[in-house]
Amino acid sequence: MKHKRITTEPLIVGTAFLLALAIGSSLMLAMGKSPAHVWWAMLSRVVSNDYNLTQVAYRATTLVCTGLAVGLAMDVGMFNIAAEGQMTAGVLAAAVLGAALPAGTPSALAIPLCLLAAASAGGAVGGSIGALKVLRGAHEVISSVMLNALIAAVALWAGNSLLFTNGTTRSETIINNAQLPCLGAPGSAANAMAFIALGLALGLTWLRSRTAWGQTWRLTGQAPAVARALGSNTKRTTILVMTASGALAGLAAGNLVLGHHHAFEEGLGRGLGLLGIAVALVGQLEPLGIVAAAVVLSVLSVGGLAAADLVPKELSEMLQAVVILAIVVANPIVRRLTTRTSEAA
Amino acid sequence: MNLWASLASFGFIAAIVRIAIPYVFAALGGSLVERSGVIDLALEAKLLCGAFAAATATHATGSLALGIGAGAAAGASIAGLQALCALRFGADQVVVGIGLNLLALAGTRFALQALYSEGANSPPCESVGDGLVTNPLFYLAIIATIASWAALSHTRWGLRLRAAGERPEILVAAGISVPRVRWSVLLVGGAIAGLGGAQLSLAVGGFSADTSSGRGYMALAAVILANWRPPRAVLVCLAIAAAEALNIRLQLAASTIPRELVPALPYVLTLLVITVWGAGRRPPPALGHGN
Repeated sequence: MKHKRITTEPLIVGTAFLLALAIGSSLMLAMGKSPAHVWWAMLSRVVSNDYNLTQVAYRATTLVCTGLAVGLAMDVGMFNIAAEGQMTAGVLAAAVLGAALPAGTPSALAIPLCLLAAASAGGAVGGSIGALKVLRGAHEVISSVMLNALIAAVALWAGNSLLFTNGTTRSETIINNAQLPCLGAPGSAANAMAFIALGLALGLTWLRSRTAWGQTWRLTGQAPAVARALGSNTKRTTILVMTASGALAGLAAGNLVLGHHHAFEEGLGRGLGLLGIAVALVGQLEPLGIVAAAVVLSVLSVGGLAAADLVPKELSEMLQAVVILAIVVANPIVRRLTTRTSEAA
Repeated sequence: MNLWASLASFGFIAAIVRIAIPYVFAALGGSLVERSGVIDLALEAKLLCGAFAAATATHATGSLALGIGAGAAAGASIAGLQALCALRFGADQVVVGIGLNLLALAGTRFALQALYSEGANSPPCESVGDGLVTNPLFYLAIIATIASWAALSHTRWGLRLRAAGERPEILVAAGISVPRVRWSVLLVGGAIAGLGGAQLSLAVGGFSADTSSGRGYMALAAVILANWRPPRAVLVCLAIAAAEALNIRLQLAASTIPRELVPALPYVLTLLVITVWGAGRRPPPALGHGN
């Protein structure tokens, strides 16, 4: 049989979006609203409003970090649902170090140090999940669930009893030189971390497709037996890649803490780690696809808030979950159909 | 009151059992589903939708019995959706579970808005109360524990269920449809988990958003700690509930242990157990493979 290559990814994503569009529209109809009117309001209110645009950039930057984290872990066949905890660990580390640095520390030192702290904290969590899996045989989803809950409890405790200043739910502000410049109007949420995140996605694209490293870790995920036969240490690869994955999620702190909030706050970034799963799936694990997916899902949720007078804002949250389910269902169906047509041809 | 005296009291034991009920239902449902070879990460969604349906149905009809029935039906519906995605379409079982959990979290909030224009709470409904002996769900939990053990080890359905999880090829050779066996287990397990949701909302006479708050994931951890055996899973759930009840008492006794960290104890324990005995756990061999 001559193998005919068909690109299935756009087909899968397209099918999933049509499904989400259909379900969203029928819910809008059920509420007595015209779907065309609501969809248009969501889109136009985002595009025509500077505040909403910076909110999209801010949200998408966090989602790129957590989405890349989930996607990279899936490359080695690991399902990293602890991106949420890794992000929180990074947020804590960056906020604590950023506030502890002497006020005179130059930016060129303070910012990389804080980013390094965030990446190390996230990476430590990711690496231990990888190690538990390959050394102890513990399913990564179970250890991730436990670590997410544990980190949330530790963050709450650390905030309440150590970090939060007099009666607020906010820690001490980080020093000026550790803050990333914001984009657009002063005080806007969008900040320079957007470019760093884009750089991470480009770097990862290059690593995945152009280097021996990338080949090794993807082979580890797709055919571990082959990777072992070729002499690569799949256990070490898994732990290293899980560490890198956790570090990426931890780097979300660059956006949340260094870029915008400038402190650790109760519930900062909550839910954006889990949503990274949706982003990675919609992006079909391709780093640049993940960037696109992060932007689209951010438009959906910012648009949902902007159109909250027409439909409850929970609708757009529901649609994000529908997109996850639609993609994961469309995956095997489209693959089955395309292998059938390529066999026929 | 003296802390130790209050711990030995009948009231404390009753509190443990009351806290354990949602975990017990979820872990029993999860054990059955996982023994048939399907990863059940959607327990959280089943609890949450069960809680929502039980509260709304009781509010609408004024009947607790109908509310409890609606809770079970909602759990089974989520399981039906799970089976449709994972068994019929062959989608990844773990991702389907996570997707359903997110859908249930947003969907119940959306339904609160759409039905009652409320952000976080449903209108109050009749409650099953604090007492154990007057709570029908307490008796249902005992029945479910005995029934799932008996069904698993002493019925033809249980034999087929275990075969689907351990050696599905035997079922195929015997001419029995593996997906059909798993469908039936998912629906039954989903209904049981939905009853756990009913306890969550009917115990306080109303539904509030995210009322399950991770109990579904904890129940799954209990299933694994119990090596996928329903009676042991119930014991693990009682231990989790004891830790929670102890936490409440410790807070009342103004103890020095940070109150934020005590709820994390079961999670730390689970991590320790999978770290130490991780490789020794024996999941059903066909768990998560194929459809």
